[in-house]
Amino acid sequence: MELTKEEESALKGEQGEIMQMAYRILVATGEATDAEKLIPIEWAHLSGVNYNTIGDAGEEFLSGISKNARVKVKTTLNPMGFDIDNVLNYGLDDNFISKQLSIRKSYETMGVNPSFSCIPYEIFDIPKEGTQVSFAESNAAIHANSFDNLKTNKESSFSALASAITGKSPYSSLRKEDSPNLTIRMKIDNPNELTYGMLGFFAGKVGNNSVNISGVGEMDRRSCKALCGGMGTSGTCAKFLFGNGDPGCEKVDFDKKEMNDIHDELNTAEKGDLITLGSPQLGLEEISDLTSKLKGRSFKKRCMIFCPRIVKEQARKIGYTNELERAGCEILADCCTCLTPLINKDNVDSVTTNSIKGAYYLKNSNGVDVNLKSLSQIIEDETR
Amino acid sequence: MKILVQGKTQGIILKSQHPINFLGTVDKKTGIISDKNHELFDKSIKNSILVFPNGVGSSVGAYTIYSIKSNNAAPLAMICQKADLTVATGCALANIPLVIVTDEKFSSLQTGQKISLDTESPSPITFL
Repeated sequence: MELTKEEESALKGEQGEIMQMAYRILVATGEATDAEKLIPIEWAHLSGVNYNTIGDAGEEFLSGISKNARVKVKTTLNPMGFDIDNVLNYGLDDNFISKQLSIRKSYETMGVNPSFSCIPYEIFDIPKEGTQVSFAESNAAIHANSFDNLKTNKESSFSALASAITGKSPYSSLRKEDSPNLTIRMKIDNPNELTYGMLGFFAGKVGNNSVNISGVGEMDRRSCKALCGGMGTSGTCAKFLFGNGDPGCEKVDFDKKEMNDIHDELNTAEKGDLITLGSPQLGLEEISDLTSKLKGRSFKKRCMIFCPRIVKEQARKIGYTNELERAGCEILADCCTCLTPLINKDNVDSVTTNSIKGAYYLKNSNGVDVNLKSLSQIIEDETR
Repeated sequence: MKILVQGKTQGIILKSQHPINFLGTVDKKTGIISDKNHELFDKSIKNSILVFPNGVGSSVGAYTIYSIKSNNAAPLAMICQKADLTVATGCALANIPLVIVTDEKFSSLQTGQKISLDTESPSPITFL
């Protein structure tokens, strides 16, 4: 990889330890992806925020670098472990809360916007077409590439952080022109968001950097997000294009068998002790839709709803919050189903969700069983 | 062969034919694989030369690699078939040597073999 004189000097440590570390990460990433050079980026979105995932090593690392590190470009953040407004209801220990607040402080000290959201594409303005960004959250990287006309690789927590500090990313893979060599033929009729989540999960397994998807009609926002979330969970693939692609593309079908295999892999329970909605977090549109679907009905069991803080505030102003709380929902900002410390296998055996991404992490990280259902099925079965 | 993170070590190979999602699959304290569906379920990656095709899943996995290193539960080195950003940056920060090998070389590496890895050497991998 070619470096400019200034970049070489940073790599040698002549601009301080933080810059040296950041460039070491960029170089490792660049070599891994056959980058020819580093290029400027305009927006970094960081993962590695939840104390549940980064632990003491992450907390100490961030606290250490925050003394000197400052971000150079607009930088936003993934969800953390809880909503400070209601954290006392969930029995988290004091250590968790103080470590999480330390992580928050470290990022704020570095100049990061504490957005605590995995859907930056829904709550921030999208830059102009073709803008290079650096998104570490997998569903957000896929959404940015596939729906928002932005360019990013599926960054790691570290490469996105290094990009935030330097304002640069390696020029490789999806940042350049890209044409997928695989087309997935969607064969399932009347798909809902759960179907799209499974399609995404399948695409992530069979695709490399990018895939074509054919046979897909108009999708609502919930389905788009489910597709991105599912894809980001199972593989390295970070972009899809709708259509048949080149005639020479290898073709793979997503039919009942493929769908049932994924369903059997992730669905391990007939029913859930509680319901979670949001992984990716719900936006205002989905909150509004949920409110109108409920039409005065109430949940028969606990239902946790995860959304960004700005969406929670908007929902309160518009009046959705009252209606959702009346229906028995718990509304949580700044956190998400994915890797939540708020669901513990000591008191929860199984969770009902419409999220494939949520299901994967509930099962493998929280260690609880999962019952998969579409939102409309959840409303039919779990409310009265 | 491509060298992503330099270093020198020797140890015994633990190989997986399947990708690894470091986030949620590996116990950060012990280095034990906790995903029941994974072929290395219940095995510890600590102090091994971990050979696997590539990393998958959430990019937060890079912090997991840093965590297992901080907890002295990390592999001595990693050898992959395909470079992925999560493993590359995790290893860069944790200073765990990482190389990408050809398909042929990948096939020749088996669990239990003792090897030495030296990224400065003209032939970085030698069987002991």
